[in-house]
Amino acid sequence: MDFLLTEEHLMAQKMVRDFAQKEVYPTIKEWDRKQQMNPDVLPRMGELGILGISIPTRYGGQGYDYVTLGLACEELERVDTTLRVVMSVHMGLNSLALLQWGTEAQKQKFLAPQARGEKYAGFGLTEPEVGSDVVNMRSTAKRHGDTYVLNGEKMWISLATKAHHFLVVAKTDPAAGHKGMTAFIVTNDMKGVTTGDLHGKLGVRAGSTGWIAMQDVEVPLENRLGEEGEGFYVAMSCLDNGRYTVAAGATGLIRACLEDSLKYSMSRKTFGKEIARHQLIQQKIGFMQQWYDAARLLYLKAGFMKNRGMRNTRETGMAKWYATDHSVQAALEAIQIHGAYGFSDEYDVERYLRNGKGAVIYEGTSEIHQLMQAEYALGFRQDRPLRCEMPAYDPSWQEG
Amino acid sequence: MNIVVFTKSTPDTAAKVEVDGGGKVTWGNAQLVLNPWDEYSVTESVLLKDAHKVNTTAFAIGDEIHNDALKQALAIGMDNAIRIWDAGMSGQDSLGFAKSAAAAVKKLGDVGLVIFGKEFVDVGTDAQVYQLARLLGCTAIGAVSKIVAVDFNAKTIKVERMVEEGKQTLTAPLPAVISVLKDINEPKSPSFIGIRKASKAVIPVWSSADLGLGEAASGAAAKVSTVAYRNLPVRAGQVEIIEGGSERERAEKLVNKLLEEKVI
Repeated sequence: MDFLLTEEHLMAQKMVRDFAQKEVYPTIKEWDRKQQMNPDVLPRMGELGILGISIPTRYGGQGYDYVTLGLACEELERVDTTLRVVMSVHMGLNSLALLQWGTEAQKQKFLAPQARGEKYAGFGLTEPEVGSDVVNMRSTAKRHGDTYVLNGEKMWISLATKAHHFLVVAKTDPAAGHKGMTAFIVTNDMKGVTTGDLHGKLGVRAGSTGWIAMQDVEVPLENRLGEEGEGFYVAMSCLDNGRYTVAAGATGLIRACLEDSLKYSMSRKTFGKEIARHQLIQQKIGFMQQWYDAARLLYLKAGFMKNRGMRNTRETGMAKWYATDHSVQAALEAIQIHGAYGFSDEYDVERYLRNGKGAVIYEGTSEIHQLMQAEYALGFRQDRPLRCEMPAYDPSWQEG
Repeated sequence: MNIVVFTKSTPDTAAKVEVDGGGKVTWGNAQLVLNPWDEYSVTESVLLKDAHKVNTTAFAIGDEIHNDALKQALAIGMDNAIRIWDAGMSGQDSLGFAKSAAAAVKKLGDVGLVIFGKEFVDVGTDAQVYQLARLLGCTAIGAVSKIVAVDFNAKTIKVERMVEEGKQTLTAPLPAVISVLKDINEPKSPSFIGIRKASKAVIPVWSSADLGLGEAASGAAAKVSTVAYRNLPVRAGQVEIIEGGSERERAEKLVNKLLEEKVI
């Protein structure tokens, strides 16, 4: 067993950290207050190659492994959750799904420009009245020859008004339950596609969250991802990657809470000494360190398994559940350590709490994850092989 | 034709640098980074490389901690990195540094331009810029804010430099040694391809013997040696809020106070 990161991992991590800290952090409070996404963020992430970090170079990416993807997400969310959300949808839920399920033509047409950062990608599964019970979705896709006609609405969609490509799941056979769902690549320039932003969210305010409405959208057969009726499996495999980025990001959020608390507790004095000298503050710091270390080990284990092409639904789910739950706890403790200052946006910790709360809801609520882990432990749940498994990391990703 | 940058790893400028109980300078757990001013010199080298098809080499003088700075320079896009070091160089002053640097430039050969950042932030000096130019017998130009034109075939450079009165434009023959300011460019970030190359790079080390330096550039030959470091004295300050019904009244009170205290 080897816990050491390579020099390549560490340098890539530092590059992403420098981007987030130097280019995003200085104005994040301003964008968060305005509830708008800094328009420079997506182009810059594309320019730096972050949007194609774990896609093989032959498809326009940078050819780094899944562990690097996790490290990047940790660094991005260390600064602001909105940055990691970009990676969750563009990379985790969409680009990696194209790598796993896409035809060669789909990879060339859709994945490559996404990996080069020329096009942004989103994911449409959740609907206004359907979240965790995905099988009950209302969106439909009716086949007419070589065309599918899609109708329906998708809600809480990150990058809804920014993305060019969406991976959308709809019912092709409403009577067939989870086997009646199919995945499609829908582009924002297709007739009948409209999008909009949602405002007034508790957190992730410097990001873009919205809705997609589809009215008689004609999607060509070549845009179908996977076979007809395979959409549920495509969607679940997307979540294996999306949740990985969420887990790594939430680990970064715990680190943010910890680092800010370390700094504040060593400078703020009460009763004649730094508050870090008080045992009840140390208790909070100790817990935060424990949560960070455990969350990091869990996501790196999932990344390790992804690199080897091992099925990791269970491990990724555990990492996501643990890291997101504890990021909310860490933010609460960080606010408590900061006292009244933590209650105002003069310090960053209140933003950490608002941002952290979303991730215990999306990509599987904590409750869903808890049930899943119980079912795995009890033997009620088993992961069956997929027609297209997620490819293991291969050094040839760096060639071509 | 080669363009050369001299760089080093320095504590992050955000790090709290202080003297510890044993009299040693420490920056705690803070990371070492590419000397911040060198982000500009390295970027300028890479921009010149792209525009003029020249070769770029980053040098650092020091022990293995400086490999980090060299690898960062490679990741940003420089072609080669070489570290200069042996134990005898420990304690070098800026002249020793310049002698080592001059020998390295000569050994590399065909160097048209040497670019430094404004200063090394750890030692807070740029003396080595001028000392190196003197030893190489070439022009030194400090505080360059823009390279207006460079012609490596005709061996000329035209630059703008910041002076107290404003900007000065001047031309000089190549080779030249210059130091650059923040205005010169927008620092480039490392690329993922650059990181891959840098992480695999094995940095060669040139010793005094390799450079034919003998004792001349050693720490023992340093004319300047550091006797002791001390922390800055803690400033004891008091705050007094000047009250008054109008701005004029407050201003008058402030002026009287400053006169009383013989500040003005």
